[in-house]
Amino acid sequence: MSFNATRPNLLAAPGVAWLATFMVVPCLLVLSYAFFQRGVWGGIEYTFTLENFARVADPLYAKIFLNSARIALTTTAIAILIAYPAAYAISRAPRMRQPILLFFAVLPFWSNYLIRTYAWMVLLNREGLINNMLRSFGYTGEPLSLLYTEAAVITGLVYNYLPFVILAIYSTLSRLNPELMEASRDLGAGPVRTFFRVTLPLSLPGVAAGGVFVFVLSIGNFVTPALLGGGRFQMVGNLVYDQFLTANDWPFGAALGAALIVTMIVLLFVQARATARASGESREAQA
Amino acid sequence: MTGDTATATVAGTPVAARAAGAGAFRRKLPGRVVLLLVFGFLYLPIAVLVMLSFNDSGLPTAWSGFSTRWYSALLGNSDILHAAWNTLVVAIFATLVSTILGTLLALGMETRRRKSNGLEALAFAPMVIPDIVLAVALLTFFSRLGLTMGLHTIIVSHVVFDLAFVCSVVRARLKNFDFSIVEASRDLGASGWTTFWRVTFPVLLPSIVAGALLAFTLSVDEFIIAFFTAGAGRSSITLPMQIYSMIRFGITPEVNALATIVMGVSATALLISQWLNKEQVR
Repeated sequence: MSFNATRPNLLAAPGVAWLATFMVVPCLLVLSYAFFQRGVWGGIEYTFTLENFARVADPLYAKIFLNSARIALTTTAIAILIAYPAAYAISRAPRMRQPILLFFAVLPFWSNYLIRTYAWMVLLNREGLINNMLRSFGYTGEPLSLLYTEAAVITGLVYNYLPFVILAIYSTLSRLNPELMEASRDLGAGPVRTFFRVTLPLSLPGVAAGGVFVFVLSIGNFVTPALLGGGRFQMVGNLVYDQFLTANDWPFGAALGAALIVTMIVLLFVQARATARASGESREAQA
Repeated sequence: MTGDTATATVAGTPVAARAAGAGAFRRKLPGRVVLLLVFGFLYLPIAVLVMLSFNDSGLPTAWSGFSTRWYSALLGNSDILHAAWNTLVVAIFATLVSTILGTLLALGMETRRRKSNGLEALAFAPMVIPDIVLAVALLTFFSRLGLTMGLHTIIVSHVVFDLAFVCSVVRARLKNFDFSIVEASRDLGASGWTTFWRVTFPVLLPSIVAGALLAFTLSVDEFIIAFFTAGAGRSSITLPMQIYSMIRFGITPEVNALATIVMGVSATALLISQWLNKEQVR
């Protein structure tokens, strides 16, 4: 392993080739499909058109887009509200204990997504645990229909993506220079003021990064709306699924997928710019 | 952190120490309550599922006694056994390929003289691209090539994200790697090949195994990409696909047992992976 110029490229080559062949090329291919027409029998007709993108803006689909954006936004907000105190508490725990706490906060995220969603089907079912508990507390009315509601979908999404947001926020909090908080305290600010004027603003990049991913993953989800929403709540992910597996309109599905990726890139770009500007300002403030 | 140092300096006398201890307790209490609630939220649904898998009636309505009958039922279900076998085949091959490619990619990226933004983006993308996008892209790609889809196409697809995760785990280790020992080995006359196997590889091994275990877990649990690249028919159905078809229209007792086993396997692999990662930091 000497440090000559070609060795690193040679080492990286197989992985790069794999990613280029099975990620970059397929993504470009599906993107190109978005510019073609759907064939009469569901295939692709290679005639250039922008119609598929126009259809994304069609009121029927725009409504689904906006509705799933609203669900995703609610999910993101709730996830951040729960994750922030958790990440903050972990960052304040003794240094020795932090990795373990973080590991157990993130562990569910690595395990099976379907099973974690299914666990909520068990809890929210009409014969499920929550209705049973209500009954044992003396509730005698009709069992509550908790499953197949928008709230169930949001709960499932928050539950699944929470660990990710905790991780993102913790990683910025743990990197904050403790001297900044000390300086604020020395200058006479109380703990509350120090938190809102120093800690919180400095940790916003982590909040934003976690938020962008939860938003994009939620809006593109099709499993949770199908399982916890009973198919009554369509997300963009469900639309893409339908175009590819049932409606057989791949060009339109491709356009929807492209819209999803563009949304993510734009949000990440905005987040990166805002972070860069914020860190520039704080550097100026320090100077 | 600031609080701890302040406590340490004040704690000269027993009285001060006790007062500081009480203060520390009051300061730590909100954090502990928050962690208790969040961990409760994260783990209670899973705990309920695990308990339910041992419930004789299999229903969430009432506890009717401890039983392993739902686990025995799994062994008699040939669909599930078939899906479990497929999952194992996919995960083992995807892990093997992605561990080799991911480790080499990590070595390549960390020994470069200058960081390449393109390379960074390429290695990062598979971890953040929405599953559904990669899934439809691969479906389009394989069908454009006219390939018959099956376990092989799932393996090829899983390697895409698996290798990115292996790469990131191994790179984290390489960042703390003292490359001067490689130079020392070369100076002492060892060839590049000998140096790799005798010096670099042993140091990296725990992180390579940790990355492989992570890849294995991700592959075992992955549903969306497998669902799109498995092709038609039941022959190449994987465990998550089987679970999806079982839970699509409600809850079934067998799934509780299956879910407990799958989560047990994932959690074990992740615990070992984490332990290996921690061992090497010391």
